[in-house]
Amino acid sequence: MTALQDRAGTKATDRTKAKKISPWLVVVAGAIIVVALTYTLPPFRTYQLATVGAYLCVTAGLTVLTGLNGQLSLGHGALMATGAYTLALWQNKFNLLPVGILVAVLVTTAVGAVIGLAAARLRGPYLAGLTLAVAVVVPSITSTFDETFNSDQGLSVMLNPPPESMTNEQWQAWLCWGGALVTVLVLALLTRGRFGRDMKAVRDDETAARLAGISVARTQVAAFVVSAACAGLAGALFAVIAQSVSPGAFPLTLSLFLLMAIVIGGLGRLSGALIGAVLLVALPAVAHEIGEAAGSQRLEGNLALTFFGVVLVVVMLAAPGGLASLRVPFTKSIPFKKKGH
Amino acid sequence: MDRFVFLTFDGLSRGAVYAAFALALVLIWRAARIVNFAQGAMAVATAYVGYSVADATGSYWLGFLVAVVAGLLLGAGVERVVMRFVDHSSPLNGVVVALGLVLIIQGVLGMIYGNEFRPAEAPLSRDAFEIGGIALLSRYDLFVFGAVGAVVVLLTLLFTRTPTGLRMRAAAFAPDVSRLLGVPVGGMLTLGWALAAGVGSLAGMLVIPTELGLHPTAMDIVFISAFTAAVLGGLDSPIGAVLGGLLVGLLLSYISGYLGATVAPMAVLALLVIVLLSRPDGLFARSKARTA
Repeated sequence: MTALQDRAGTKATDRTKAKKISPWLVVVAGAIIVVALTYTLPPFRTYQLATVGAYLCVTAGLTVLTGLNGQLSLGHGALMATGAYTLALWQNKFNLLPVGILVAVLVTTAVGAVIGLAAARLRGPYLAGLTLAVAVVVPSITSTFDETFNSDQGLSVMLNPPPESMTNEQWQAWLCWGGALVTVLVLALLTRGRFGRDMKAVRDDETAARLAGISVARTQVAAFVVSAACAGLAGALFAVIAQSVSPGAFPLTLSLFLLMAIVIGGLGRLSGALIGAVLLVALPAVAHEIGEAAGSQRLEGNLALTFFGVVLVVVMLAAPGGLASLRVPFTKSIPFKKKGH
Repeated sequence: MDRFVFLTFDGLSRGAVYAAFALALVLIWRAARIVNFAQGAMAVATAYVGYSVADATGSYWLGFLVAVVAGLLLGAGVERVVMRFVDHSSPLNGVVVALGLVLIIQGVLGMIYGNEFRPAEAPLSRDAFEIGGIALLSRYDLFVFGAVGAVVVLLTLLFTRTPTGLRMRAAAFAPDVSRLLGVPVGGMLTLGWALAAGVGSLAGMLVIPTELGLHPTAMDIVFISAFTAAVLGGLDSPIGAVLGGLLVGLLLSYISGYLGATVAPMAVLALLVIVLLSRPDGLFARSKARTA
């Protein structure tokens, strides 16, 4: 086990040494690729591209929280719902999208701060259980305050038509990827510096981190707040893409999908968050086609569900470091020996 | 006042189910230091099996029995095939794998049975007896109390009075020493998972007729309530889990009765937050040494 950790450790340092490419360059390159794609892809693919961008916002934030800071949140689906509903309420009142997105992020950040304050005092399964409860409670909130949230039907989102020079899909893709690239840039800059080191120190050994002068609670709350802001942005972008919000769009399975997305790409890696975001769009699309080919409606959604579950279990058992770590297979046999607890 | 009495009995009946479900969580936590987040999904899966058998044979009780046996087998299978191979160096790994199982189980159930609510009939009347004009308990409530009571008594006897129970406790408490002394630690772990999942299935069969019916996600809220109950009891204490379950049941019953059913999940969340922040080791915990 120690051998595995050592190897992983040295690998990690190698990687950071090798990766001296500036995040600014990556983001500029990403923007160019996205713009090029929006002019070449057919409308439906462009729409899917926009969805990948929206997912990337939340997976990037979540992988920083779970991978670098070790806090497992199942409540990010609910945080996305917070952002989406905030945007819907704002748009239907003021119809001013840029401010609306900002407000959605701010409100979600505030909610995330509340959850984060509680989360900083919790560990492992307790935190997972609490955030799971947050995710399950969303429909209950929308039904209880149905005058504001309109219960299960949800709200439609009032939007101005896109600029005349571009199609709706292009506009959506630009908007979502604008958000995603800003998110990735901010997260990359944040995690490269002191904040990133603090988060990893807290994840690996709280006592040692505290001895080194790091405020454990503050770091954990900050990590949660940052990733909540990302989830709020993603929720707002989803509300824009779908032009509606409803509790059915943010079920518990969404939070589990997000978890799958960051685990499969390798926890804590922004590149892994991108792989995960692509899979979140691609796999259900494939499952949809298989379901249509088989002529079974039951198959459609559930095939993706099953597949995500299998992927999550297999990756956790075979390669806890995610797909990128598969280059060193069979680093350990699995004797049935439990560590003392 | 009548309403209060009715809600109290209703709450105790619900609470008994939460107690059983929380007990299942505590059993696995004690044996393996994993909170089994797949417990709810596993219970739903066996309930589908139970009701399929009941529909096919016309006998609810046969279906009930089959569901509990299926729970035992499923629990043993999950431990033997999946959970045994989880790397326990981080507590997150077990949680993530359990959540993966949730997705698999819900997906497979959806493919086989569809994502609609299927009606699930209670085997006994749910009309309450009246004593002095006050509605108290239904036959079904009595059945719930009897079943959960029997489970609690049997588990207590198993753990305190039988060699197997002693071995299970030893294997959980000191696995290495137990192995040296000849206790089949792996087998005890499998048995623990089987028992827990069996109890979970029983709780699922008891609770599903009182809710909307069978649905792949039918147990999500029940899981949260039972998790809250287990945390209330300290996650490590079977008695605490039972008391916690009854408390949560009562609270939910009063809240649903006086404020409306949609508020209940929020009340569970609020309770969970309060307990985790004020008494993270449970209401009945003795103070422990600091770890950090």
